[in-house]
Amino acid sequence: MTTEAITTRDASRPARKPALTRKSANTPGDRTVGVLSHTALVLWSLIVILPLLWTLMTSFKTTKEIFASPFTLPANWNFDNYVSAWTQEGIGNYFLNTVIVVGFALVIVMVLGAMCAYVLARYKFFGSRAIYYLMLAGLTFPVFLAIVPLFFVLRNIGLLNTLPGLILTYVAFALPFTVFFLYSFFKGLPDEIAEAAAIDGAGEWRTFFQVMLPMAKPGMASVAIFNFLGLWNQFLLPVALNTDKNNYVLSQGMASFASSAGYAVDFGALFAAVIITIVPVLVAYVIFQRQLQGSVSQGTMK
Amino acid sequence: MIDTALANTKPGSRKAARPRKRKLTFDYVTFMVVFLGLPLAIFLIFVIWPFLQAVFYSLTDWSGFTPEMQVIGIENYIRLFNDDIFMTALGNNVLLAIVVPLITIVLALTLATMVTVGGPSHGPIRGLRNSSFYRVVSFFPYVIPAIVTGILWGQIYNPAGLLNGLLGLIGLDMFESFPWLGNERTAMGATIFVIVWGFVGFYMVLFVAAIKGVPAETYEAARIDGAGRARTAFSITIPLIRDNIQTAYIYLGIMALDAFVYMQALNPGGGPNNSTLVMSQQLFRTAFGKGEFGQASAMGVVLAIVTLIFAALVFTVNRITGGKDEKGRA
Repeated sequence: MTTEAITTRDASRPARKPALTRKSANTPGDRTVGVLSHTALVLWSLIVILPLLWTLMTSFKTTKEIFASPFTLPANWNFDNYVSAWTQEGIGNYFLNTVIVVGFALVIVMVLGAMCAYVLARYKFFGSRAIYYLMLAGLTFPVFLAIVPLFFVLRNIGLLNTLPGLILTYVAFALPFTVFFLYSFFKGLPDEIAEAAAIDGAGEWRTFFQVMLPMAKPGMASVAIFNFLGLWNQFLLPVALNTDKNNYVLSQGMASFASSAGYAVDFGALFAAVIITIVPVLVAYVIFQRQLQGSVSQGTMK
Repeated sequence: MIDTALANTKPGSRKAARPRKRKLTFDYVTFMVVFLGLPLAIFLIFVIWPFLQAVFYSLTDWSGFTPEMQVIGIENYIRLFNDDIFMTALGNNVLLAIVVPLITIVLALTLATMVTVGGPSHGPIRGLRNSSFYRVVSFFPYVIPAIVTGILWGQIYNPAGLLNGLLGLIGLDMFESFPWLGNERTAMGATIFVIVWGFVGFYMVLFVAAIKGVPAETYEAARIDGAGRARTAFSITIPLIRDNIQTAYIYLGIMALDAFVYMQALNPGGGPNNSTLVMSQQLFRTAFGKGEFGQASAMGVVLAIVTLIFAALVFTVNRITGGKDEKGRA
């Protein structure tokens, strides 16, 4: 009996193997499609990477070299362009402003957004739906419609052209997205835990900060990443509401640098400034790309 | 503003007593005021209030620098529709809202299909080799600030830039010092390409996630039934991730109806013969350049209405073409 079983198994083994190999031989169609697909993907990757590499190389050239030919390598590899971009063109200052504005705005909007989403998702009261839909409306309306009155709102409270004014505006415009995204997250948390906390004597504040907020960490991380990208890249709000050159953020500083004085632009420094702007975000992206791609998929599944 | 927020929380606290017993304790009241009142106040003051004001200003001849203004009704709107430059800008925006999402989504979907289900037609359903590398690289442009993307491509399109250099290398000498952004025929196309470049990676990742959400059995069943790659893509992938495509179309369209950053970086003046001028640029110029805030607000309202019409249109088209699928899934 046993031997028979073994022999049959043994017999079936070699029999299955050729079947497997035959099956896994790529058909000519597979190969053609594979080659075509890889070509397409490689081509697109090149279209993405080549401009970046070219910018990196050009950032080491002098303006004269840049206009001579797009391909020649720089004569000396030095960081002169970076130094002049950072100091003379004020990129260092813009960078600092951006870090301050985005840093504060991000922390504030995450805290306020989480609180607001928590109340809207977990407390039933008159008008809660209305507030939720108002947030949705704020998400769909173009910022451009608000920009003119916003200018005067800020001027009237004396915050026009100041960093706190910009931070407040960033917070306000990132709030709908934050609330909208975290709403479903808080909605999904189990009631029992909040009840247990209440029975143990935790007040509303404590329940939120020590029990519910830590449970929402994955959702918070996703939203924070998107808010960071959105705020770091924000352009219209600073251009319209923050016209004092000392308070420029990176995006608007780059724009004014690129368009300033037309032909007198130090192109070497411009390329260096582009690299300075790209590299921190790109490095952060490569480190966090797993989480980020997870966030994207989470956003779509909702 | 803050009063309304408070008014909302007070009756709320009584209602909330239904599911769990709640008294108007100090803890609860401060909690509601801070948690709901504070964010809501900021939101109402800096988002909703300006929106409402904009609608009102659009009916006035306000210049912004004098306190007095006159309500002139819809005169601003009439002037807008007789303004050739604004109508050109509107036309450009509509063109962008149609073309940009279309190209981006087709490209993103193609690439996403390749990296998820584009692998050999035997064995488990899988993508091509090295697919995660392609995914990571394609996403790069999305993390680059839009303004920098614009500046970067402005240099590439520069008559002495990378593009003409490359074209010269492969022997197309007639493009030597061709001004891609300075020529009326190519400026719009070149601009559209830049926007597409910036967004394909993001939507590719989004579609990859969506396609991975489709059970592998569905694809296996299709394969057993003899469906080829094209058939699988059109009959399985697209219908099953149709909601994601709709979302992508709306987001991209809204972005294209704005497009301020890219236009400002590539052609701040609106391009040769206004061929890349968009409404947002015109609005910005009218408001902060000419000081015609009433007129600019009217432009903002038109922009908002066009955006809403666009979103409604996408929803309707999706409903009409995919009504059957919706029911089948529900």
